[in-house]
Amino acid sequence: MPDGWVVVLKRDCPTCTLVEPVLHQLAGAGELSVYSQDDPDFPAGLPVVDDRELETSWRLQVDTVPTLLRVEDGTEVARTVGWLRSSWEELTGVTGLGPDLPDHRPGCGSRSVEWGVEEELDRRYGERVLTSRTVELADLEDEHEAAYARGWTDGLPVVPPTEARVLAMLTGTTRAPDEVVAVVPPDLVPCTVEKVAVNAVLAGCLPEHLPVVLAAVAAACTDGFNMHGVLATTMPAGPVIVVNGPVAQAIGMNSGVNALGQGNRANATIGRALQLVVRNVGGGRPGEVDRGSQGQPGKYTACFAEDEAGSPFDPLAASRGVEGSALTLFAGCGWWPVVDQLSRTPESLARSLAASLRGVGHPKLAIVFDALLVLSPEHGRVFREAGWDRARLLAELEGLLTVPAAELSRGVDGMAEGMPPAMIAGWGEAVPLPKFRPGGLLIAHAGGTAGLFSTIVPGWVSGAGGSEPTTVPIGA
Amino acid sequence: MRVLLDPTSERVPATRTLNPRPASLDGLTVGLLDISKARGDVLLDRLESRLVADGVTVRRYAKPTFAKPAPIDLRHEIAVQCEVVIEALAD
Repeated sequence: MPDGWVVVLKRDCPTCTLVEPVLHQLAGAGELSVYSQDDPDFPAGLPVVDDRELETSWRLQVDTVPTLLRVEDGTEVARTVGWLRSSWEELTGVTGLGPDLPDHRPGCGSRSVEWGVEEELDRRYGERVLTSRTVELADLEDEHEAAYARGWTDGLPVVPPTEARVLAMLTGTTRAPDEVVAVVPPDLVPCTVEKVAVNAVLAGCLPEHLPVVLAAVAAACTDGFNMHGVLATTMPAGPVIVVNGPVAQAIGMNSGVNALGQGNRANATIGRALQLVVRNVGGGRPGEVDRGSQGQPGKYTACFAEDEAGSPFDPLAASRGVEGSALTLFAGCGWWPVVDQLSRTPESLARSLAASLRGVGHPKLAIVFDALLVLSPEHGRVFREAGWDRARLLAELEGLLTVPAAELSRGVDGMAEGMPPAMIAGWGEAVPLPKFRPGGLLIAHAGGTAGLFSTIVPGWVSGAGGSEPTTVPIGA
Repeated sequence: MRVLLDPTSERVPATRTLNPRPASLDGLTVGLLDISKARGDVLLDRLESRLVADGVTVRRYAKPTFAKPAPIDLRHEIAVQCEVVIEALAD
């Protein structure tokens, strides 16, 4: 950087054109270097350094034009932005600057911090912080086809993960790119923040979605959640993400109309990013370690936010001990609507829900499977108006879903499926057997304000021998 | 040149693997890649005449220099136009 006064400006800025006569005054009073971001002929009559490539603007971290610096011995010692006569006079030591100008005009945004430009300049001039292997494409190679050809997609097109996009994605977190987030099954590969970011780009995420994806990856890769088992099972299990806390609204997640369906970018891409990390980093691909016999469309993506404001209950994550922004990961096997348009008492509605919940996995299998019940606002209202909280509804459902063990034995009701007779003999035939283990029924609240339908997400094998629902905080 | 970042565990090579060698050239297009060393074309001309006589479709390509790997654009062109490529060296 040359000693003296350094000015960075652009013609496309009214304040920069306003100070043109001031620059001529300064040029006659000392050493002045002018860098123009858009037109090397501006300002006319002065030697101007062409900074249309924005390298100097980037190196000086200019975010507003005009920016005026004083440089001594190659080091910046003073800086002012925009036009404020007193500041310019103080910085330069020259009085009587721009006598015909107003005292003050704010500057304009620097071209170097325009959307998408800053990340590209970081990539071009910054130290390389990314360590992912680079893949060069031929000029005639379609980038979307290239992603398919390399096996990076879930069958839908992906956003090509360019360096600039990945750098932009990384601005969504305060964590270092090389920090290991989790060891991803089934190949047990240590996965860095950067690799998660690359897959979040593929999935179509915005940078603000990244902290949720990072939390989801960490949760999925715990021993408790058991992502390896969720993949390897022939059942149609896949991770379902329920997001709680202020982060959901801050990143525009949907907890309302069609919350479990398509149409919201955050919901769609966060769930997809988790699946792409498992596929690309962990190596969990259908037909390989993913042995789902039929699968289900929730294995593309399954992510929604809980409608906390309208819920009759405390937030799902809080009920599981994590307050604030958090997510709960549940190994779900599909989406199953419960219709009850007539119940107006909590007792009647609870009986309807219990009748449907009994079928999770199989009506004669108890304790084996967990379930996630997503109450709709119209069903939730019935419980709220009756003053039922989460514990009250769970207790009611447990009572309705507990039957003598003998009724569930194999062969009973003409169905070979059921609980093993030896197990029942050990307990005693009259022992009451609940459908769900303690904590095995999760209840969340989401959906549009019209519709007396709720949704059951049947679980996969529960507990230590299968998958534990996993709740983790969402960081920055 | 467009560059993407690899989203995978990077446990397998980024370049794609060779197709298995076909049992027959019937109905296939064969690319003849001259690496641009002296007299490589003599060998390739002879190969071309033999292949064409057998009814095989032949396309000719050349690397800009034998001293460097084939440019990615050339590799892509061959990959989309041919099922088989014969890279010839003569010295």
